Amino acid sequence: MSHIEKLTNGTTGGPVFVYVKDGRIIRVTPMDFDESDAPSWVINARGKKFSPPRKTTLSPYSFAWRSMIYSPTRLLHPLKRVDFDPDGKRNHTRRGESGYERISWDEAADIVTSEIKRIKREYGPAAILSTPGSHHLWGHVGYRHSAYFRFMNLMGYTSAEHNPDSWEGWHWGGMHQWGFSHRLGIPEQYDLLEDALKNTEMIVFWSADPETTSGIYSAFESTCRRQWLKELGVKMIFIDPFYNHTAGMFADKWFAPRPGTDNAMACAIAYVWITENLYDQEYIKARSVGFETWKDYILGVEDGIPKTPEWAEKESTIPAREIKALAREWGSKKTMLAAGGLGGWGGACRAATGGQWARLMISLAAMQGLGKPGSNIWSTTQGAPHNSDFVFPGYAEGGISGDVDNSAAGYRWVYRMQLRPTRSSINSPMGQHIPRLKIPECILDGKYEWRGKGFCGQSIEAQLHKYKYPADGYPEIQMYYRYGGSFIGTMNETNRYIKAYQTERLPFVVNQSIWFEGEARFADIILPACTNFERWDISEFAGCLGYIPDSTCQVNHRVISFQKKCIEPLGESKSDYDIFALLAERLGFYDAFTEGGLTELDWVKRMFDASDLPQHISWDDFFEKGYFVVPMPDDYKSTPALRWFAEDRKRDTPDWGPHPESQEEFGKGLQTTSGLIEFESSSLKKFDPEDEERPVFPKYIPSWEGHHTTPLYSKYPLQLISPHPRFSFHTMGDAKGSWLNEVKDHRVLKEDGYYYWIIRINSQDAEQRGIQEGDLVKVFNDRGVVICAAQVTQRLPPGTVHSYESCADYDPLGKPGESADRGGCINILTPSRYITQNSSGQAPNSCLVEVEKKER
Amino acid sequence: MNKWNLVIDIAKCHDCNNCFLACKDEYCENDFPPYSAAQPRHGHRWIDILRKERGQHPRVDVSYLPLPCMHCDEADCIKAAEGEAVYKRDDGIVIIDPLKAKGQKGVVDSCPYGVIWWNEELDVPQKCTFCAHLLDEGWQAPRCVQACPTGAMEFLHVEDAEMQRIVHSEELEVWHPEYGLEPRVYYKKLYRYTRWFISGSVALKDVDECAEGAKVTLKNGSGGVLITALTNNYGDFRFDALEAKSGQYRLEVDYPGYQQRELRVDLENSIDVGTIFL
Repeated sequence: MSHIEKLTNGTTGGPVFVYVKDGRIIRVTPMDFDESDAPSWVINARGKKFSPPRKTTLSPYSFAWRSMIYSPTRLLHPLKRVDFDPDGKRNHTRRGESGYERISWDEAADIVTSEIKRIKREYGPAAILSTPGSHHLWGHVGYRHSAYFRFMNLMGYTSAEHNPDSWEGWHWGGMHQWGFSHRLGIPEQYDLLEDALKNTEMIVFWSADPETTSGIYSAFESTCRRQWLKELGVKMIFIDPFYNHTAGMFADKWFAPRPGTDNAMACAIAYVWITENLYDQEYIKARSVGFETWKDYILGVEDGIPKTPEWAEKESTIPAREIKALAREWGSKKTMLAAGGLGGWGGACRAATGGQWARLMISLAAMQGLGKPGSNIWSTTQGAPHNSDFVFPGYAEGGISGDVDNSAAGYRWVYRMQLRPTRSSINSPMGQHIPRLKIPECILDGKYEWRGKGFCGQSIEAQLHKYKYPADGYPEIQMYYRYGGSFIGTMNETNRYIKAYQTERLPFVVNQSIWFEGEARFADIILPACTNFERWDISEFAGCLGYIPDSTCQVNHRVISFQKKCIEPLGESKSDYDIFALLAERLGFYDAFTEGGLTELDWVKRMFDASDLPQHISWDDFFEKGYFVVPMPDDYKSTPALRWFAEDRKRDTPDWGPHPESQEEFGKGLQTTSGLIEFESSSLKKFDPEDEERPVFPKYIPSWEGHHTTPLYSKYPLQLISPHPRFSFHTMGDAKGSWLNEVKDHRVLKEDGYYYWIIRINSQDAEQRGIQEGDLVKVFNDRGVVICAAQVTQRLPPGTVHSYESCADYDPLGKPGESADRGGCINILTPSRYITQNSSGQAPNSCLVEVEKKER
Repeated sequence: MNKWNLVIDIAKCHDCNNCFLACKDEYCENDFPPYSAAQPRHGHRWIDILRKERGQHPRVDVSYLPLPCMHCDEADCIKAAEGEAVYKRDDGIVIIDPLKAKGQKGVVDSCPYGVIWWNEELDVPQKCTFCAHLLDEGWQAPRCVQACPTGAMEFLHVEDAEMQRIVHSEELEVWHPEYGLEPRVYYKKLYRYTRWFISGSVALKDVDECAEGAKVTLKNGSGGVLITALTNNYGDFRFDALEAKSGQYRLEVDYPGYQQRELRVDLENSIDVGTIFL
């Protein structure tokens, strides 16, 4: 009988044990701790002791990894599009339609590097566009901020900048009310679990579904905490157009406002609090500015429209009496506002109304004494007891890139790693950039202007900075070095991306990808990469950090895992690092890229040495055991988030920011000019007090695509919401022959043997359209058509339909970009319009569609 | 002697599918002779998850019923199989021998729970084994239980008498007791899946307020009082765990200062009667 090895690895959904037999992975499981692992924390509250289970939880997609590694769509060899000839006819417009032929690594590397050299020679390095997907495997050496940035910065390139897709409204709106730019507008969450267990009476989950979105990367670590709170009798209210899965388990009451009208409901709650004196007047007076003027808006003094519950009922469909009942209960109980799934975030922030929503959430929390015991913005996903002193980096600290411009490497990690930073003048604020949401416009129109480079965390003002493509003196794009294939599923109005591929304005496309899916099918050359189970790496459970400082306070135990190379790369696939090294060799910077020949395992060892791990465990023991549980300090002292602010003390939490430059006295007050919560935003007032789309005070502004936008609404009467998906992590885990396709609530297998994406529709809407459970339907608007399987439900009110974003594959029934997609890329239908003219974020949840039964 | 039993809490399952996916991970393309042959990559559901929505927007709930092999003590599949191809181990686990069962499609049809799957390629019936190959190596629970993040699944190694005591004290039920097959899988709060509710909300029309503390009385069709409840601060009430298709009911709503209202409900399914205005 052959020997089974039990190894360790890491995933976006948690650290894992990996069982390997005869060079094949046979099993992937969560981790159980043993007696030698550090003890778990204990919280004493209301006469009870709370301590988490001695194991890790794991997200559904992580259980599907084996099916993705041994996937029928794995790219096992370099490929060249059959009708692509770099020295002759390129047939650009055939991208996405013609087939591929196998070529050798030598041929592939020669074609790619000779094109890079030609383009550099003729146009300069900025003519090379590149961007990876957001959630690029797991492991700090191989991550996109690490090996990818290191290579790209040495080669030189124009980066397609990522918009803060999960933060949007908090980034473009919330930040102007309370700062937190170093967190992109969302708040710190330290020790709020203990605070809630001791003090909280009610939690309002507003656009929050932690059982689905897991905070981020933290699997089901917080489920037991919600169960504890429930056992203590903490009431849980849910406001979400969809009766989401956290609601399904915990809701005492569900409100389903019409999408985009949450803000009317929020204004009406404030109206009740003001008129019935149910808010913390002393706190508002001492800890905020501009409330009195905003109060005039709420009471209707300013515009003649009192924001009464009756007014809000007309907008939101929620009965006025229920809004009043909610406001009164909230105003009289110590309440945590779980706005979004992380403490911030939420589908409501990815909408035309998202910026105002985030601001109104902050406003409501402020009116209830934000930061006082039991009263905060807290989504139950962060804020577990946490050892913030133990240094192990997050992936956003740049890994081996030392990129101090585009990652958080400059905070501490670049020095600890003793790295020479890799920087590119193009990939710096003064260079050239393209917003990834506008890649098609940049390529097809050759010009674009916008504000805010992408993630704008340097300061509150950074997002106001104006950019244009091409930047002065820089070239237009000649080559697209794409990593992965996600954008047709994850960006908006995505038939645009297909048009951008099928143009002569884009002479060369290379895609480095693990699977043959989505955009990979539009490349001229495909470079096959391997998964993180086929190479060495190191990482931590939920360890992103960067713009989510101490993100590991989501998990119940900090677990650092050694990601062992479990199997050899399948076929001829290679690790990203090795692919980059191969190209670097031909481009003359191999030594600079590998620092004189370092392997991935060498980098892992260097990362281990640069962290605090060696103070607790030897390299040999870590190598053998494969993981380490970070102990809590014996003298751990809880410092609840924003308590210091409520009590007007100097900040005592371990938060990383804001930058000292932005404060009168560092560590005192918020990052805003006043240091207080600004109902009247000083940064917006300075920028453009006349901006009606993003006013100085938070307001209810109807969506630019919603129930008020007749005649569009009469043509497309269903409002589509497309939240972050439940079973996949964006496109990770979907399609590609994954077992996730078998999950009944993820895809539906039809008679034709195809697994269709799901759209959820209210029973009345379905009946009116003759649609029954499981029927294939056409979901459409002027932007395109997507074929889905209908799930007929009462989890949605009439008029709203629900389909998760992030289908991994694109499968047009006819000509790409012009025909219906049966893959399920619902984002083909969502608007590409920015939240506001000056808020360069996406608004997929402001979308009107019609659904009809698909006839054979 | 101790035998294995699985207890599933319906109230703690939210359909994350970790059990289903962990089962795929364990069995797809993995042979564990003599316990099981590999599960095909697609198509089988050795643990199936059934969904049930109750009520109507905005007062709904959704429950899920994870359905593995029941490992019945009086299993029909054992009787249906030829040549002892299906057998019960001393620890209660029912195993289909992947070699002896070859070609025996009748085993699939014998199970009233529908939890035995036909492997076309290998020509063999297959199902959940409670991960017997792992238990025999010393594991304390099968993959589904290990994977469950909500505590919805509990795997018990106890004597049958002790299990019956637990069944009684924790009010556990079996799925389809009328089959009489003595399953070793038990459910907690099964009413959320099998029984129905009547819900609604009470409001005061003249002041447009939710009627908190209204007394709602549920009576049977002939007027006998079954249960009373007080509405919460949103005016909401719910009578749960009613027998399915149990016919005519009457609702009476009383609130001081307002005229009594009565409604008749024919329980064709779980129903939300909407807002009752006084």
